[in-house]
Amino acid sequence: MAAADESYPADLRYHPEHDWVRADGDEHVFGITWYAQDALGEVVYYDPPQVGATITKDAPYGELESVKAVSDIFAPASGEVTAVNPAVNDRPEIVNEDPYGAGWLVRVRLSDPSELDDLMDEPAYRAYLAGL
Amino acid sequence: MGEFAGWDMPLYYSTARAEHRAVREHCGLFDVSHMGQLEVSGPEAREGLSRALTNDIAAIGPGQGQYTLMCQDDGGVIDDLIAYALADRYLLVVNASNVAACRERLEERLPGGAHLVDRSPETAMLALQGPSWADALRPLAATPAPLGLDYFEIVEDAIAGVPCLIARTGYTGEPGVELMCPWDRAPALWDALMAVEGAPAPVGLVARDTLRLEMGYPLYGQELSRERTPIEAGLKWACDIAGGGFFGADVMRRQVEEGTPDRLAIFRLTEPGIPRAGQEVLIDGRPAGSVTSGTLSPSLDVGIGMAYVPAGYATPDHDLVIDVRGKPKAARTARRPLVATSPKE
Repeated sequence: MAAADESYPADLRYHPEHDWVRADGDEHVFGITWYAQDALGEVVYYDPPQVGATITKDAPYGELESVKAVSDIFAPASGEVTAVNPAVNDRPEIVNEDPYGAGWLVRVRLSDPSELDDLMDEPAYRAYLAGL
Repeated sequence: MGEFAGWDMPLYYSTARAEHRAVREHCGLFDVSHMGQLEVSGPEAREGLSRALTNDIAAIGPGQGQYTLMCQDDGGVIDDLIAYALADRYLLVVNASNVAACRERLEERLPGGAHLVDRSPETAMLALQGPSWADALRPLAATPAPLGLDYFEIVEDAIAGVPCLIARTGYTGEPGVELMCPWDRAPALWDALMAVEGAPAPVGLVARDTLRLEMGYPLYGQELSRERTPIEAGLKWACDIAGGGFFGADVMRRQVEEGTPDRLAIFRLTEPGIPRAGQEVLIDGRPAGSVTSGTLSPSLDVGIGMAYVPAGYATPDHDLVIDVRGKPKAARTARRPLVATSPKE
Protein backbone atom coordinates (compact mmCIF):
# COMPACT_ATOMS: atom_id res chain seq x y z
CA MET A 1 0.00 0.00 0.00
CA ALA A 2 1.24 3.45 -0.87
CA ALA A 3 -0.35 5.59 1.82
CA ALA A 4 -1.43 8.96 0.50
CA ASP A 5 0.37 12.15 1.49
CA GLU A 6 -1.51 14.47 3.82
CA SER A 7 -3.89 16.75 1.93
CA TYR A 8 -7.23 18.50 2.33
CA PRO A 9 -8.61 19.51 -1.06
CA ALA A 10 -10.08 22.99 -1.28
CA ASP A 11 -13.20 21.88 -3.18
CA LEU A 12 -14.51 19.76 -0.28
CA ARG A 13 -16.49 20.56 2.86
CA TYR A 14 -15.46 18.92 6.13
CA HIS A 15 -17.31 17.54 9.13
CA PRO A 16 -15.72 17.56 12.60
CA GLU A 17 -15.85 13.73 12.66
CA HIS A 18 -13.36 13.84 9.76
CA ASP A 19 -15.72 13.17 6.88
CA TRP A 20 -15.77 15.08 3.61
CA VAL A 21 -18.45 15.98 1.07
CA ARG A 22 -17.98 16.74 -2.60
CA ALA A 23 -20.74 18.06 -4.87
CA ASP A 24 -21.11 15.94 -8.01
CA GLY A 25 -24.00 16.97 -10.25
CA ASP A 26 -27.28 16.70 -8.31
CA GLU A 27 -25.68 14.36 -5.85
CA HIS A 28 -22.93 14.45 -3.25
CA VAL A 29 -20.11 12.04 -2.52
CA PHE A 30 -18.94 11.29 1.03
CA GLY A 31 -15.69 9.88 2.32
CA ILE A 32 -13.24 10.16 5.19
CA THR A 33 -10.36 12.59 5.39
CA TRP A 34 -6.64 11.93 5.25
CA TYR A 35 -6.54 12.59 9.00
CA ALA A 36 -9.21 9.95 9.63
CA GLN A 37 -7.58 7.23 7.54
CA ASP A 38 -4.21 7.99 9.12
CA ALA A 39 -5.65 7.69 12.62
CA LEU A 40 -7.47 4.49 11.70
CA GLY A 41 -4.49 2.82 10.03
CA GLU A 42 -4.69 0.12 7.39
CA VAL A 43 -8.38 -0.31 6.53
CA VAL A 44 -9.40 -3.96 6.15
CA TYR A 45 -13.21 -3.90 6.06
CA TYR A 46 -16.05 -1.60 5.02
CA ASP A 47 -19.56 -2.18 6.28
CA PRO A 48 -21.61 0.13 4.03
CA PRO A 49 -25.23 1.25 4.27
CA GLN A 50 -27.84 -0.18 1.88
CA VAL A 51 -28.51 1.68 -1.33
CA GLY A 52 -31.79 3.49 -0.69
CA ALA A 53 -31.12 3.92 3.01
CA THR A 54 -31.81 7.28 4.59
CA ILE A 55 -28.88 8.67 6.50
CA THR A 56 -28.91 11.50 8.98
CA LYS A 57 -26.42 14.30 9.50
CA ASP A 58 -24.05 13.68 12.43
CA ALA A 59 -25.21 10.04 12.78
CA PRO A 60 -23.19 6.94 11.80
CA TYR A 61 -24.09 5.47 8.41
CA GLY A 62 -21.49 2.71 8.18
CA GLU A 63 -18.31 1.32 9.67
CA LEU A 64 -14.70 1.09 8.66
CA GLU A 65 -12.52 -1.45 10.39
CA SER A 66 -8.76 -1.24 10.39
CA VAL A 67 -6.14 -3.54 11.81
CA LYS A 68 -6.25 -1.32 14.90
CA ALA A 69 -9.85 -0.26 15.44
CA VAL A 70 -13.43 -0.09 14.26
CA SER A 71 -14.77 3.35 13.49
CA ASP A 72 -18.25 4.61 12.78
CA ILE A 73 -18.50 6.77 9.70
CA PHE A 74 -20.57 9.89 10.34
CA ALA A 75 -22.82 11.50 7.77
CA PRO A 76 -21.79 15.10 7.12
CA ALA A 77 -25.31 15.73 5.75
CA SER A 78 -28.69 13.98 5.53
CA GLY A 79 -30.13 12.23 2.50
CA GLU A 80 -30.72 9.02 0.62
CA VAL A 81 -27.89 6.70 -0.39
CA THR A 82 -27.86 6.25 -4.17
CA ALA A 83 -24.65 4.20 -4.43
CA VAL A 84 -21.95 2.63 -2.30
CA ASN A 85 -18.43 2.20 -3.58
CA PRO A 86 -17.95 -1.49 -4.40
CA ALA A 87 -14.21 -0.97 -4.85
CA VAL A 88 -13.82 -0.31 -1.12
CA ASN A 89 -15.41 -3.67 -0.34
CA ASP A 90 -13.04 -5.38 -2.75
CA ARG A 91 -9.92 -3.51 -1.65
CA PRO A 92 -10.55 -1.61 1.58
CA GLU A 93 -6.99 -0.24 1.62
CA ILE A 94 -7.86 2.17 -1.21
CA VAL A 95 -9.32 4.35 1.55
CA ASN A 96 -5.72 4.77 2.75
CA GLU A 97 -4.27 5.08 -0.72
CA ASP A 98 -6.72 7.58 -2.15
CA PRO A 99 -9.14 8.87 0.49
CA TYR A 100 -10.57 11.64 -1.70
CA GLY A 101 -10.70 9.73 -4.99
CA ALA A 102 -11.02 5.96 -5.47
CA GLY A 103 -11.63 5.58 -1.73
CA TRP A 104 -14.98 7.42 -1.68
CA LEU A 105 -17.64 5.66 0.41
CA VAL A 106 -21.20 6.63 -0.63
CA ARG A 107 -23.15 8.81 -3.05
CA VAL A 108 -26.08 10.62 -1.51
CA ARG A 109 -29.05 12.66 -2.71
CA LEU A 110 -29.20 15.34 -0.01
CA SER A 111 -32.57 16.08 1.62
CA ASP A 112 -31.51 19.52 2.84
CA PRO A 113 -28.49 20.96 1.04
CA SER A 114 -28.47 23.92 3.46
CA GLU A 115 -26.96 21.52 6.01
CA LEU A 116 -23.71 21.91 4.10
CA ASP A 117 -23.47 25.45 5.43
CA ASP A 118 -22.62 24.00 8.86
CA LEU A 119 -19.51 22.28 7.50
CA MET A 120 -15.95 23.57 7.46
CA ASP A 121 -14.00 24.66 4.41
CA GLU A 122 -10.38 23.61 4.01
CA PRO A 123 -8.73 26.42 6.05
CA ALA A 124 -11.28 25.98 8.84
CA TYR A 125 -10.74 22.20 8.90
CA ARG A 126 -6.96 22.60 8.99
CA ALA A 127 -7.33 25.05 11.88
CA TYR A 128 -9.64 22.56 13.60
CA LEU A 129 -7.06 19.76 13.16
CA ALA A 130 -4.33 22.02 14.52
CA GLY A 131 -6.38 22.43 17.70
CA LEU A 132 -6.86 18.67 18.28
CA MET B 1 3.63 1.12 17.20
CA GLY B 2 1.54 -0.69 19.76
CA GLU B 3 2.00 -1.59 23.40
CA PHE B 4 2.24 -5.32 24.15
CA ALA B 5 3.07 -6.71 27.59
CA GLY B 6 4.95 -3.52 28.43
CA TRP B 7 6.88 -3.50 25.15
CA ASP B 8 6.55 -1.01 22.32
CA MET B 9 6.19 -3.14 19.24
CA PRO B 10 5.56 -2.31 15.58
CA LEU B 11 2.03 -3.28 14.56
CA TYR B 12 3.21 -3.28 10.95
CA TYR B 13 6.13 -2.00 8.91
CA SER B 14 4.43 -1.76 5.49
CA THR B 15 0.92 -3.21 5.68
CA ALA B 16 -0.23 -6.16 7.71
CA ARG B 17 -1.72 -7.78 4.62
CA ALA B 18 1.49 -7.55 2.59
CA GLU B 19 3.55 -8.81 5.54
CA HIS B 20 1.20 -11.73 6.07
CA ARG B 21 1.47 -12.68 2.41
CA ALA B 22 5.27 -12.35 2.47
CA VAL B 23 5.47 -14.94 5.25
CA ARG B 24 3.09 -17.38 3.53
CA GLU B 25 4.77 -17.06 0.12
CA HIS B 26 8.39 -16.02 0.72
CA CYS B 27 9.68 -15.17 4.18
CA GLY B 28 9.44 -12.59 6.90
CA LEU B 29 11.48 -11.49 9.90
CA PHE B 30 9.91 -10.73 13.29
CA ASP B 31 11.54 -9.10 16.29
CA VAL B 32 10.15 -11.20 19.14
CA SER B 33 12.65 -10.08 21.74
CA HIS B 34 9.77 -9.57 24.15
CA MET B 35 9.66 -13.34 24.63
CA GLY B 36 11.22 -14.57 27.88
CA GLN B 37 14.03 -17.10 28.30
CA LEU B 38 14.39 -19.07 31.52
CA GLU B 39 17.19 -21.56 32.02
CA VAL B 40 16.94 -24.52 34.35
CA SER B 41 20.01 -26.60 35.18
CA GLY B 42 21.33 -28.89 37.85
CA PRO B 43 20.93 -32.57 38.76
CA GLU B 44 17.23 -32.24 39.53
CA ALA B 45 16.33 -30.04 36.55
CA ARG B 46 14.60 -32.78 34.56
CA GLU B 47 12.72 -34.16 37.52
CA GLY B 48 11.63 -30.67 38.52
CA LEU B 49 10.42 -29.79 35.03
CA SER B 50 8.58 -33.07 34.66
CA ARG B 51 6.39 -31.82 37.52
CA ALA B 52 6.26 -28.16 36.57
CA LEU B 53 5.36 -28.75 32.87
CA THR B 54 2.59 -30.79 31.29
CA ASN B 55 4.46 -32.49 28.44
CA ASP B 56 6.87 -35.38 28.96
CA ILE B 57 10.21 -33.60 29.35
CA ALA B 58 12.02 -36.97 29.38
CA ALA B 59 10.96 -37.42 25.75
CA ILE B 60 13.41 -34.76 24.57
CA GLY B 61 17.18 -35.07 24.58
CA PRO B 62 19.86 -32.48 23.88
CA GLY B 63 19.08 -30.51 20.72
CA GLN B 64 15.34 -31.09 20.88
CA GLY B 65 12.39 -28.99 21.97
CA GLN B 66 8.71 -29.52 22.71
CA TYR B 67 5.59 -27.44 23.12
CA THR B 68 4.36 -27.65 26.69
CA LEU B 69 2.40 -25.77 29.34
CA MET B 70 2.81 -24.70 32.93
CA CYS B 71 -0.35 -25.12 34.97
CA GLN B 72 -1.77 -24.37 38.37
CA ASP B 73 -2.73 -27.26 40.62
CA ASP B 74 -6.32 -26.84 39.38
CA GLY B 75 -5.17 -27.12 35.76
CA GLY B 76 -5.52 -23.42 34.92
CA VAL B 77 -2.81 -22.37 32.49
CA ILE B 78 0.01 -20.19 33.86
CA ASP B 79 1.72 -20.12 30.46
CA ASP B 80 2.30 -22.06 27.28
CA LEU B 81 5.91 -22.33 26.22
CA ILE B 82 8.57 -24.26 24.36
CA ALA B 83 11.04 -26.28 26.44
CA TYR B 84 14.38 -27.05 24.78
CA ALA B 85 16.93 -29.53 26.06
CA LEU B 86 20.48 -28.23 25.60
CA ALA B 87 23.70 -30.05 26.45
CA ASP B 88 23.86 -28.87 30.05
CA ARG B 89 20.53 -27.17 30.74
CA TYR B 90 16.93 -26.68 29.75
CA LEU B 91 15.78 -23.50 28.08
CA LEU B 92 12.16 -22.41 28.47
CA VAL B 93 10.90 -19.80 26.00
CA VAL B 94 7.91 -18.20 27.66
CA ASN B 95 5.47 -15.39 26.88
CA ALA B 96 6.55 -11.84 27.65
CA SER B 97 3.56 -11.22 29.88
CA ASN B 98 4.29 -14.36 31.90
CA VAL B 99 8.02 -14.22 32.60
CA ALA B 100 7.42 -13.19 36.20
CA ALA B 101 4.62 -15.71 36.73
CA CYS B 102 6.69 -18.58 35.35
CA ARG B 103 9.72 -17.57 37.36
CA GLU B 104 7.68 -17.33 40.52
CA ARG B 105 6.08 -20.72 39.96
CA LEU B 106 9.40 -22.40 39.23
CA GLU B 107 11.09 -20.78 42.24
CA GLU B 108 8.28 -22.08 44.39
CA ARG B 109 8.06 -25.59 42.94
CA LEU B 110 11.47 -26.60 41.60
CA PRO B 111 13.47 -28.87 43.90
CA GLY B 112 16.68 -27.64 45.55
CA GLY B 113 18.84 -29.39 42.98
CA ALA B 114 17.48 -27.34 40.08
CA HIS B 115 18.74 -23.84 39.41
CA LEU B 116 16.76 -21.17 37.64
CA VAL B 117 18.26 -18.24 35.75
CA ASP B 118 16.22 -15.62 33.92
CA ARG B 119 18.04 -14.77 30.68
CA SER B 120 15.23 -12.61 29.31
CA PRO B 121 16.85 -9.22 29.89
CA GLU B 122 20.04 -10.08 28.00
CA THR B 123 18.45 -12.17 25.23
CA ALA B 124 17.01 -10.96 21.94
CA MET B 125 14.96 -13.16 19.63
CA LEU B 126 14.25 -12.92 15.92
CA ALA B 127 11.89 -15.23 14.03
CA LEU B 128 12.67 -15.96 10.38
CA GLN B 129 9.55 -17.57 8.96
CA GLY B 130 8.35 -18.62 5.53
CA PRO B 131 9.05 -21.16 2.80
CA SER B 132 12.30 -19.48 1.71
CA TRP B 133 13.74 -19.09 5.23
CA ALA B 134 16.73 -21.31 4.45
CA ASP B 135 17.72 -19.20 1.45
CA ALA B 136 17.92 -16.16 3.70
CA LEU B 137 19.87 -17.97 6.43
CA ARG B 138 22.29 -19.98 4.26
CA PRO B 139 24.68 -17.14 3.33
CA LEU B 140 25.06 -16.16 7.01
CA ALA B 141 25.34 -19.50 8.80
CA ALA B 142 28.81 -20.47 10.00
CA THR B 143 28.03 -24.18 9.46
CA PRO B 144 25.28 -26.08 7.61
CA ALA B 145 23.81 -27.30 10.93
CA PRO B 146 21.00 -24.73 11.25
CA LEU B 147 19.81 -25.50 7.73
CA GLY B 148 19.48 -29.20 8.46
CA LEU B 149 17.40 -28.91 11.61
CA ASP B 150 14.21 -30.93 11.87
CA TYR B 151 11.06 -29.36 13.25
CA PHE B 152 11.54 -28.46 16.95
CA GLU B 153 15.28 -29.13 16.91
CA ILE B 154 17.75 -26.55 18.23
CA VAL B 155 21.45 -25.93 17.67
CA GLU B 156 24.09 -23.41 18.66
CA ASP B 157 25.88 -21.69 15.82
CA ALA B 158 27.01 -18.31 14.61
CA ILE B 159 24.81 -16.37 12.21
CA ALA B 160 26.56 -13.40 10.59
CA GLY B 161 29.20 -13.80 13.27
CA VAL B 162 26.64 -13.49 16.07
CA PRO B 163 26.46 -16.43 18.50
CA CYS B 164 22.90 -17.76 18.34
CA LEU B 165 20.67 -20.53 19.46
CA ILE B 166 18.73 -21.52 16.35
CA ALA B 167 15.49 -23.46 16.75
CA ARG B 168 13.27 -24.85 13.98
CA THR B 169 10.15 -23.44 15.59
CA GLY B 170 7.77 -20.57 15.06
CA TYR B 171 4.26 -19.21 15.41
CA THR B 172 3.16 -18.77 11.82
CA GLY B 173 2.49 -22.24 10.43
CA GLU B 174 5.31 -21.79 7.95
CA PRO B 175 8.68 -23.47 8.16
CA GLY B 176 11.38 -21.30 9.67
CA VAL B 177 13.64 -20.69 12.61
CA GLU B 178 13.75 -18.64 15.77
CA LEU B 179 17.13 -17.12 16.61
CA MET B 180 18.15 -16.18 20.14
CA CYS B 181 21.25 -14.06 20.61
CA PRO B 182 22.85 -11.59 23.02
CA TRP B 183 20.70 -8.50 23.31
CA ASP B 184 23.34 -6.08 22.02
CA ARG B 185 24.11 -8.17 18.93
CA ALA B 186 20.53 -8.30 17.68
CA PRO B 187 20.69 -5.16 15.52
CA ALA B 188 23.68 -6.60 13.62
CA LEU B 189 21.85 -9.89 13.16
CA TRP B 190 18.70 -8.12 11.93
CA ASP B 191 20.70 -5.96 9.52
CA ALA B 192 22.63 -8.94 8.15
CA LEU B 193 19.42 -10.88 7.46
CA MET B 194 17.89 -7.82 5.80
CA ALA B 195 20.93 -7.47 3.55
CA VAL B 196 20.92 -10.98 2.02
CA GLU B 197 19.66 -11.63 -1.48
CA GLY B 198 15.99 -12.49 -1.21
CA ALA B 199 15.86 -10.72 2.16
CA PRO B 200 12.84 -11.35 4.39
CA ALA B 201 10.13 -8.73 4.80
CA PRO B 202 10.03 -7.13 8.25
CA VAL B 203 6.79 -8.27 9.89
CA GLY B 204 4.88 -6.68 12.76
CA LEU B 205 2.51 -7.79 15.46
CA VAL B 206 -0.70 -7.64 13.43
CA ALA B 207 0.51 -10.18 10.87
CA ARG B 208 1.93 -12.32 13.67
CA ASP B 209 -1.61 -12.52 15.01
CA THR B 210 -3.33 -13.21 11.67
CA LEU B 211 -0.75 -15.89 10.79
CA ARG B 212 -1.17 -17.74 14.08
CA LEU B 213 -4.96 -17.45 13.98
CA GLU B 214 -5.17 -19.04 10.54
CA MET B 215 -3.29 -21.98 12.06
CA GLY B 216 -5.49 -22.10 15.16
CA TYR B 217 -2.53 -21.58 17.48
CA PRO B 218 -3.69 -20.34 20.88
CA LEU B 219 -2.39 -17.09 22.38
CA TYR B 220 -1.96 -16.63 26.10
CA GLY B 221 -4.35 -14.00 27.40
CA GLN B 222 -6.81 -14.78 24.61
CA GLU B 223 -7.42 -18.54 24.34
CA LEU B 224 -5.27 -19.48 27.33
CA SER B 225 -5.63 -18.22 30.88
CA ARG B 226 -5.70 -19.37 34.47
CA GLU B 227 -9.46 -19.86 34.03
CA ARG B 228 -9.05 -22.58 31.38
CA THR B 229 -7.16 -25.87 31.30
CA PRO B 230 -5.19 -27.26 28.34
CA ILE B 231 -7.92 -29.89 27.92
CA GLU B 232 -10.57 -27.23 27.32
CA ALA B 233 -8.18 -25.52 24.89
CA GLY B 234 -7.71 -28.71 22.85
CA LEU B 235 -4.09 -29.14 23.94
CA LYS B 236 -4.33 -32.63 25.40
CA TRP B 237 -1.62 -33.65 22.92
CA ALA B 238 0.85 -31.47 24.86
CA CYS B 239 -0.03 -33.07 28.21
CA ASP B 240 1.41 -36.35 29.42
CA ILE B 241 -1.89 -37.42 30.92
CA ALA B 242 -1.01 -41.14 31.11
CA GLY B 243 2.39 -40.80 32.77
CA GLY B 244 1.89 -37.38 34.23
CA GLY B 245 2.86 -36.46 37.73
CA PHE B 246 2.74 -32.80 36.74
CA PHE B 247 0.90 -30.16 38.73
CA GLY B 248 -2.69 -30.09 37.53
CA ALA B 249 -2.63 -33.64 36.12
CA ASP B 250 -5.38 -34.96 38.39
CA VAL B 251 -7.87 -32.33 37.28
CA MET B 252 -6.96 -32.82 33.64
CA ARG B 253 -7.18 -36.60 33.84
CA ARG B 254 -10.71 -36.24 35.17
CA GLN B 255 -11.56 -33.77 32.40
CA VAL B 256 -10.30 -36.21 29.77
CA GLU B 257 -12.45 -38.98 31.24
CA GLU B 258 -15.58 -36.96 31.90
CA GLY B 259 -15.31 -34.24 29.28
CA THR B 260 -15.56 -30.50 29.88
CA PRO B 261 -18.61 -28.27 29.42
CA ASP B 262 -16.75 -25.99 27.01
CA ARG B 263 -14.12 -26.54 24.36
CA LEU B 264 -12.17 -24.17 22.18
CA ALA B 265 -13.48 -24.05 18.62
CA ILE B 266 -12.09 -22.41 15.52
CA PHE B 267 -14.59 -20.91 13.10
CA ARG B 268 -14.95 -18.85 9.97
CA LEU B 269 -17.73 -16.43 9.13
CA THR B 270 -19.89 -17.45 6.22
CA GLU B 271 -20.82 -13.84 5.44
CA PRO B 272 -18.82 -10.56 5.38
CA GLY B 273 -17.62 -9.18 8.69
CA ILE B 274 -14.79 -9.44 11.20
CA PRO B 275 -15.28 -11.15 14.54
CA ARG B 276 -13.29 -9.69 17.45
CA ALA B 277 -12.31 -10.87 20.92
CA GLY B 278 -15.05 -10.51 23.52
CA GLN B 279 -17.98 -10.77 21.13
CA GLU B 280 -20.77 -13.13 22.06
CA VAL B 281 -21.38 -16.48 20.38
CA LEU B 282 -25.02 -17.49 19.93
CA ILE B 283 -26.28 -21.00 19.25
CA ASP B 284 -29.97 -21.40 18.43
CA GLY B 285 -30.43 -17.78 19.43
CA ARG B 286 -29.02 -18.20 22.93
CA PRO B 287 -25.70 -16.93 24.36
CA ALA B 288 -23.32 -19.88 24.27
CA GLY B 289 -19.82 -18.50 24.56
CA SER B 290 -17.50 -15.74 23.63
CA VAL B 291 -14.90 -15.05 20.98
CA THR B 292 -11.32 -15.23 22.28
CA SER B 293 -9.62 -13.98 19.09
CA GLY B 294 -10.94 -12.80 15.76
CA THR B 295 -9.61 -11.21 12.64
CA LEU B 296 -9.95 -10.96 8.89
CA SER B 297 -7.93 -13.81 7.41
CA PRO B 298 -5.64 -12.26 4.79
CA SER B 299 -5.23 -15.66 3.11
CA LEU B 300 -8.93 -16.53 2.92
CA ASP B 301 -10.47 -13.04 2.95
CA VAL B 302 -13.11 -14.09 5.45
CA GLY B 303 -13.56 -13.36 9.11
CA ILE B 304 -12.07 -16.08 11.33
CA GLY B 305 -11.76 -16.62 15.03
CA MET B 306 -11.69 -18.89 18.01
CA ALA B 307 -14.22 -19.18 20.81
CA TYR B 308 -15.06 -21.31 23.79
CA VAL B 309 -18.40 -23.00 23.05
CA PRO B 310 -20.30 -25.97 24.52
CA ALA B 311 -18.14 -29.01 23.82
CA GLY B 312 -20.60 -30.59 21.40
CA TYR B 313 -20.30 -27.59 19.11
CA ALA B 314 -16.51 -27.32 19.12
CA THR B 315 -16.01 -29.96 16.43
CA PRO B 316 -16.09 -28.93 12.73
CA ASP B 317 -19.22 -27.98 10.79
CA HIS B 318 -21.47 -26.60 13.50
CA ASP B 319 -23.37 -23.39 12.83
CA LEU B 320 -22.74 -20.48 15.18
CA VAL B 321 -23.79 -16.86 15.17
CA ILE B 322 -21.35 -14.18 16.26
CA ASP B 323 -22.75 -10.92 17.59
CA VAL B 324 -20.49 -8.44 15.80
CA ARG B 325 -21.39 -5.16 17.50
CA GLY B 326 -25.11 -5.88 17.38
CA LYS B 327 -25.07 -7.49 13.94
CA PRO B 328 -25.57 -11.25 13.89
CA LYS B 329 -23.02 -12.87 11.60
CA ALA B 330 -23.30 -16.51 10.54
CA ALA B 331 -20.25 -18.67 11.24
CA ARG B 332 -19.32 -22.32 10.99
CA THR B 333 -16.82 -24.25 13.08
CA ALA B 334 -13.89 -25.66 11.16
CA ARG B 335 -10.83 -27.86 11.33
CA ARG B 336 -7.36 -26.57 12.22
CA PRO B 337 -5.47 -25.23 10.37
CA LEU B 338 -7.69 -23.02 8.25
CA VAL B 339 -5.02 -22.73 5.55
CA ALA B 340 -3.23 -25.61 3.87
CA THR B 341 0.31 -25.14 5.10
CA SER B 342 2.68 -26.93 7.44
CA PRO B 343 5.65 -25.71 9.48
CA LYS B 344 7.33 -29.09 9.01
CA GLU B 345 8.01 -28.52 5.27
